[in-house]
Amino acid sequence: MSDAALIYVRHRDKEESYLQHCHTLWSWITTTDHKRIGILYALSITFFFFIGGLAIGAVRLELMFPHGEFLSDDAYNRLFTLHGIVMVWFFLVPSIPTTLGNFLLPMMIGARDVAFPRLNLVSWYIFIVGACFAIFSIVAGGVDTGWTFYTPLSTMFSNGAVISAAAGVFIVGFSSIATGVNFITTVHLLRAPGMTWFRLPLFVWSIYATSLVMVLATPVLAMSLLLVIAERWLGMPIFNPANGGDPILFQHLFWFYSHPAVYIMVLPAMGVVSEVFACFARRRVFGYSMMVYAMMAIAVIGFFVWGHHMFVSGQSQYANFVFSFLSFMVAVPSAIKVFNWTATLYRGQITFEAPLIYSLGFLGLFTVGGLTGLFLASVPIDVHVTDTYFVVAHFHYIMVGGSVSAFFAGLHFWWPKVTGRLYSEAWARFAAIVMFLGFNTTFMPQFIMGYGGMPRRYHVYPPEFQIWHVMSSVGAVVLFVAYTLPLIYLTWSLFYGKKAGANPWEATGLEWQTASPPPKDNFKTLPRVKAPPYRYHPDREAPDAENREPETMQGDMT
Amino acid sequence: MTGAYPLQASVYAGEWDRLFAVLTVASALVVALVFIAIVGFSIRYRRGSRAPRGFLPEIITNELELGWTAATAIAFLFLFWWAAVQQLQNVVPPANAIELHVVAKQWMWKVQQPNGVREINELHAPVGRPVRLIMTSQDVIHSLFLPALRLKQDVLPGRYTYLSFTADKPGVYHLLCAELCGSEHSRMTGRLVLMTAADYARWSAAQPGAENLAAEGEKLFRSFGCSGCHASQSSVHAPDLNGIFGHKVQLAGGRTVIADEAYLRDSILLPQKDVVAGFDPIMPSFKGTVSDDDMVKLIAYLKSLSAETRP
Repeated sequence: MSDAALIYVRHRDKEESYLQHCHTLWSWITTTDHKRIGILYALSITFFFFIGGLAIGAVRLELMFPHGEFLSDDAYNRLFTLHGIVMVWFFLVPSIPTTLGNFLLPMMIGARDVAFPRLNLVSWYIFIVGACFAIFSIVAGGVDTGWTFYTPLSTMFSNGAVISAAAGVFIVGFSSIATGVNFITTVHLLRAPGMTWFRLPLFVWSIYATSLVMVLATPVLAMSLLLVIAERWLGMPIFNPANGGDPILFQHLFWFYSHPAVYIMVLPAMGVVSEVFACFARRRVFGYSMMVYAMMAIAVIGFFVWGHHMFVSGQSQYANFVFSFLSFMVAVPSAIKVFNWTATLYRGQITFEAPLIYSLGFLGLFTVGGLTGLFLASVPIDVHVTDTYFVVAHFHYIMVGGSVSAFFAGLHFWWPKVTGRLYSEAWARFAAIVMFLGFNTTFMPQFIMGYGGMPRRYHVYPPEFQIWHVMSSVGAVVLFVAYTLPLIYLTWSLFYGKKAGANPWEATGLEWQTASPPPKDNFKTLPRVKAPPYRYHPDREAPDAENREPETMQGDMT
Repeated sequence: MTGAYPLQASVYAGEWDRLFAVLTVASALVVALVFIAIVGFSIRYRRGSRAPRGFLPEIITNELELGWTAATAIAFLFLFWWAAVQQLQNVVPPANAIELHVVAKQWMWKVQQPNGVREINELHAPVGRPVRLIMTSQDVIHSLFLPALRLKQDVLPGRYTYLSFTADKPGVYHLLCAELCGSEHSRMTGRLVLMTAADYARWSAAQPGAENLAAEGEKLFRSFGCSGCHASQSSVHAPDLNGIFGHKVQLAGGRTVIADEAYLRDSILLPQKDVVAGFDPIMPSFKGTVSDDDMVKLIAYLKSLSAETRP
């Protein structure tokens, strides 16, 4: 990569980067630069990632023993609830959109910033206010309802800090909505000349689809949490059947948001790995337009499958069949994407840098997560395995094996762009492999014990499941190492890493046609787009065996 | 089938395991296929390898994409159909089932046998004949999970939910709560004891408190004053309850409902909700007076009235 870097060094001008622009803390917390806001978000969610990780670390330690060794029942319930709430709303939902999305979306479409830069900063502040409520709930003793806040447990019976936690999630939802509105507007209005819809990189499409889901689904979460607060705080009879309310109503409202929220977490991951596969396989993404339609189909059908979380809730069997059918249908576009990523490798010139290894990890783990989703879409199978570790394993395969692996793929892929530095490739590859192995060691046993009937959210459990719990906890230690390693070598690279140059991976996107780190306004002159994305080789032809074809950059910078 | 993990205690559990096994094998094949493709391509098309690239073969076109889209959709449709057919057998409750009442509360399971015997955190049932659980909760949502039967059903406050099974293997199995219900959720566990019909008969006769549930309900029907209005010779204009259970009731406003457990419960606790056509809404609510345990007995009594009057 270093020779490539050298070529691009001479293109760099002396203009100061967004990082050098102004050094004061004040300039950071009042910035309207989408790149700096992306970094503010990255620091915030990294903090929460480790909070949520520590909570589950304590849980996994406790579960090494079937009768409960260190924690009280209440402490245990509070820890896994903390893990769920923090990981879902303060890490996974904002993870890729607000960090990589914020940083890259304007650059990838050839814009100087998002459409509403100040709204962008406001959304970070809203996130922080929501986060303060969440932290208050932790300090005030925690919440014991699970991240799902099921009524009437949450409204009438829980003795935790439910109101402040629900208020925190309620508030952070507005940050999602503001970000979504901002991205949708940006993609509609600020595309560079020549950047037609079907020349958008798939990462932009994925963030666009995610934003639509955020804007349409999050208000429903806000409503349902507000109703929880109204019943718990003001005693308004809404969900509690003792007052004529309906507890199932809450589940419908909650899952109407929370199922699409799964797609909020996984669609951006799909965007990231599409970029990475194309770049390191030196191939155009196989079936670009099909990939776009698949993402939009997932975003739309994803709104109509919420009832598959409720097969044993007492909802009618006929509703169960309808939701089962739709859940099978939403899996079709996901399957197509797996085939297309695999086909993208075909006839490539593959090199195995860390981002590609993370993406391959994504592909394998997402496939397992998706296939076990079919188990859960089948009504009779779901009846036995729902609310067991089988479900826990399934959604971790999608949201951690899938989305978090992809987040790391994206982080490594664009790290040179964000910081201008190259990290240690060897350490990064090592961490990627350890992450894949650690993940499987942690969660594969959970499929087995879930099938065996081990319920989730159990502090004490039948001793026959201990062996699987011990395996899972050992895997969690490996996973902890894998998540900590990047923190070390990426931080190291900030100070000692080699200069990256504008385009270390020889990728074709507009974001690679400006300096690393980019200037404050992204581009010296705004690009005109002359080509579709992923022109890593000439039309219909793959690079020949010996030589790597020169790529065609998307932008014309003159 | 001994040694099966998890334990199987019904024919249905065996069928369930078969479906699960087929899905697992199919998934493993798909994973293997994707894995082989990824590893194969990664080796063959690594940078600088001598594998030919050149033009893409004719076959790789839109038709290929449409083909695997259609194939995937058809495969998924097949799985949906197969799973749905399996589930359909759970939809219609079996006839002649033994009815057991289950009341869940933080953090215990209370079970009442047809003869009035009460159990806590134990559920005795015979093998070889259908058993129907009629379940409700006194506080939050719980979920009765019987892994050996591959069955689970949420138990809701203010509503009845049902679970039917026909077991075929005597033994002692897990009975678990699967829905987070507060501090001691993980301790809300017990035993499902499946016995041969003869053992079950012996066991239930030997329990203290064995009395007819319907007879107890009849006593309550008098002591709560229900009989004051609903008896046929009463001067108050109230519906006659003989033979009402399981039959259609015409409501004021033109709707009809089937008088099932939920309807009877609502009529006792929320009498203004569904008023029978031709009657004044004069019945007082018995909310707070009639407990869930009493309700079980009252409903058993009302059911017995239907059994007697039916031909």
